[in-house]
Amino acid sequence: MLEIKDVYKTFNPGTINEKMALRGVELKLNDGDFCTVIGGNGAGKSTMLNSIAGTWPVDNGMILIDGQDVSGLPEHKRASLLGRVFQDPRMGTVADMGIDENLAIAARRGKRRGLAWGVTNAEREKYRELLKQFDLGLENRMTAKVGLLSGGQRQAVTLLMATIKKPKVLLLDEHTAALDPKTAAKVLELSDKIISENNLTALMVTHNMNDAITHGNRLIMMNDGKIILDISGEEKKKLTVATLLAKFKEVSGSSLANDRMLLDS
Amino acid sequence: MNSILEYFSSLNPMTFLSQLPGNIAQGIIWGLMALGLFITFRLLNFADLTVDGSFATGGAVTAIMIINGSPAWLAALVAVVAGILAGLVTGFLHTGLGIPDILSGILTQIALYSINLNIMGKANLPVSYRNYDLILSASNIKMAILIGLIFAAVIIGLMYWFFGTEMGSTIRSTGSNPDMSKAQGININVAKVIALALSNGVVALSGCLFAQYQGFADINMGRGAIVIGLAAVIIGMVIGDAIFRKKSNFIIKLIFVVIGGILYYIAMGIVLWLKMPTDDTKLFTAVIVALFLAVPNLKEMSKNSFKKAAKRNVKNVKMEAKKTDA
Repeated sequence: MLEIKDVYKTFNPGTINEKMALRGVELKLNDGDFCTVIGGNGAGKSTMLNSIAGTWPVDNGMILIDGQDVSGLPEHKRASLLGRVFQDPRMGTVADMGIDENLAIAARRGKRRGLAWGVTNAEREKYRELLKQFDLGLENRMTAKVGLLSGGQRQAVTLLMATIKKPKVLLLDEHTAALDPKTAAKVLELSDKIISENNLTALMVTHNMNDAITHGNRLIMMNDGKIILDISGEEKKKLTVATLLAKFKEVSGSSLANDRMLLDS
Repeated sequence: MNSILEYFSSLNPMTFLSQLPGNIAQGIIWGLMALGLFITFRLLNFADLTVDGSFATGGAVTAIMIINGSPAWLAALVAVVAGILAGLVTGFLHTGLGIPDILSGILTQIALYSINLNIMGKANLPVSYRNYDLILSASNIKMAILIGLIFAAVIIGLMYWFFGTEMGSTIRSTGSNPDMSKAQGININVAKVIALALSNGVVALSGCLFAQYQGFADINMGRGAIVIGLAAVIIGMVIGDAIFRKKSNFIIKLIFVVIGGILYYIAMGIVLWLKMPTDDTKLFTAVIVALFLAVPNLKEMSKNSFKKAAKRNVKNVKMEAKKTDA
């Protein structure tokens, strides 16, 4: 369970570049919620995800994961509770290390790392089985350097890394935005599968309205650092892009002026 | 014309050959130093200039301890600990105080200059094999080569093991992708400090052996160590990659770092044999390092050259034209 209470974040306070990115965000995700997040550029979507992950401390408010307030913990100490996939496929993996080594690093999230072997043969077998399900041929390239993989393959590996140790919350930050449409669809399909099979609680930022509507059981829309729309259950199932755009206009008082969101949908 | 002939006839191949073993022994000892540098430069992606100081610290600690009656092995152990402490200081300056990597190293290095003087009490401290039991010495070069190789083999083995462990993996991932490392729960500051400490420990060990080999510790013995170490690392990488190509693995890379050190000292031997002025050796070092640093880039540039692409196209068009004529 994830609870965000009255979170504020301002970048470069007191300077000409001051930007109030989050203005009192309130959100409560129940266990097993798969929530998609949409909103224009600068709405605060990524900032919200980063504040959960602990990229920097928030100015005000609390972030509770399973009832524990994590807002005072640095990023690496929260990591055991979270799984993350970034927008840039290069961000989530170590290019110079093998697929097996990357997965082994992720599997030790939250554990003390001592002088035991970084990756054991038993683990390799386990990873091979897991990768087989992806159907990308990665199970035969276990020791290949991740830098040699394509963007989609790397994102698939990152997805597995983020979920290999079951996280309390899975954060997907536009994780398909840098991929071609076919690969993006494949990675999304994998995300769906992993989330439902493990009954994960997930937040997925996307610029694609269709994806936001068709995936997950809940949808939130952000504007100007706040959550302005929260749709779930039956109401979400009936959503269309047109109604979503109309709702946005109704709630925010302006039209959704974002070419990318419109073009993608 | 006569003078050129005179110059070449004055070069005696035997002198070069007779000096070769000495070059190899020194190369192995500096190869050890390069192994330490490999940890920070290649694995952590951190240009650590502490090594100029910690190399001399290793020598200084060794000399003063042996003179005061310690066995050489104990002096070596304390030298390693001193190097580790130097690395910890650089690590603290960087991670604790947020000072950029190169500056943190320079600050520790300059501080170590005074500390090394304090350790030795003066700028130069002789430890001759005639008066003390040393681990190795230039008086018995064959033995020095053998002992140097044993040290290199042990350090390579330890590094191969350590960087395969969970903790070693955190250092490699921190150097390659700090963002990902944090997201996977790795405290990247701790990883950096451990790497810097270990690296400088190895460098100090190399300084310890070098002081014994040359029979004295000197306040300036570490000057330019970073460049010599880099030369060894880079020569080793370029040649190792050229021979093994994609088959190269971690242990081969480590072995080639030491080979790089040996090749560097052989090259220096050639330079001295050619009777180049000794004042210019540092200049040659810089040129060699620059050349080897440039090789991979130049290769890449030549592959991606616009000029060549244009030439290829012109050639292809001409060929097509000929075909249609025929």
